[in-house]
Amino acid sequence: MSSEWPLWEVFIRGQHGLNHRHVGSLHAPDAELAIKNARDVYTRRNEGVSIWVVKSVDITASSPSDKGPLFEPSNSKVYRHPTFFQIPEEVGHM
Amino acid sequence: MATAEIAVDRAALFEFLTRMGDNTLILGHRVSEWCGHAPVLEEDIALANTALDLIGQTQLWLGLAGEVEGKGRNADALAFLRDAAAFRNCLLVERPNGDFGQTLMRQFLFDAWHHVMLTALTKSEDPRVAEIAAKAVKEAAYHLERSSDLVIRLGDGTDESHARMQRALDDMWSYVGELFIADDADRAVAEAGIAPDPASLKPEWEAIVSEVLREATLKAPTSAYVHKGGRRGVHTEHLGYILADMQFLQRAYPGATW
Repeated sequence: MSSEWPLWEVFIRGQHGLNHRHVGSLHAPDAELAIKNARDVYTRRNEGVSIWVVKSVDITASSPSDKGPLFEPSNSKVYRHPTFFQIPEEVGHM
Repeated sequence: MATAEIAVDRAALFEFLTRMGDNTLILGHRVSEWCGHAPVLEEDIALANTALDLIGQTQLWLGLAGEVEGKGRNADALAFLRDAAAFRNCLLVERPNGDFGQTLMRQFLFDAWHHVMLTALTKSEDPRVAEIAAKAVKEAAYHLERSSDLVIRLGDGTDESHARMQRALDDMWSYVGELFIADDADRAVAEAGIAPDPASLKPEWEAIVSEVLREATLKAPTSAYVHKGGRRGVHTEHLGYILADMQFLQRAYPGATW
């Protein structure tokens, strides 16, 4: 039966101010029940204050075979990291 | 706190508290029987959550019942060491699980009553009762939302699911009326402002149920026959099997802990 239901990706916000985080996936016939199922499957131990669900088929993912062209060019470009600024004393801890 | 206790007969208050606690205990046990057997994984977990909510509420109701009784019995002693005739749950909650539709219909009919009852109890004159109700009513609100939703989906679903839901409704219907019939204990706690008169909950219950059944395209049976007895300890044979299962360990190994 569950094979007839679409797969949904579940995102939970743990506390106010934090981003929603992907926590897993589940099956449900529609968005409304996906939220209910997510509540029951992923927030049983008081994990969340907000739930997002999105159909897994609606997610476009980068292809693992494109890993090289996509990500390797950013290797060895240390000048893109903001580690070369001198922070004035009076700013204190950032 | 003390004033509420003085204003009402202890035995009547104990009776009321065991009725609340035994309903949630027996239904919680029934629903937990689905664990590992539900139609889909998501539903399995949802049912287990519901069962755990109900067992959690049982601890509060029976814990308070033990205090009020004042004979040194705690929630565990009341749950595991009483015989069937001392149980005060309604007959509805001891109905067998049947198929998923029957479990769901029993849950919906109970949730609708439970939510209306707990909402009224949040205004109880006894602050201990009001506090338990305030905690439990949030859980019951979710139970009702979920069971209503599923009753509508399956009732207004395929021919097969519709037929099963109608059969479940026909099967469970005559076990609900008992929840609205008052006896002396009910009248005593109602007069003390501790709990509502059971009959006063019926219009709101009917409004919830008739709206959901209408959307679910299901027809409530017209028979007015009501099975009753559970609330005064006269049970169907099903309760005995539940207790045998539930109480075995404490009966065979008294005082066993883990």
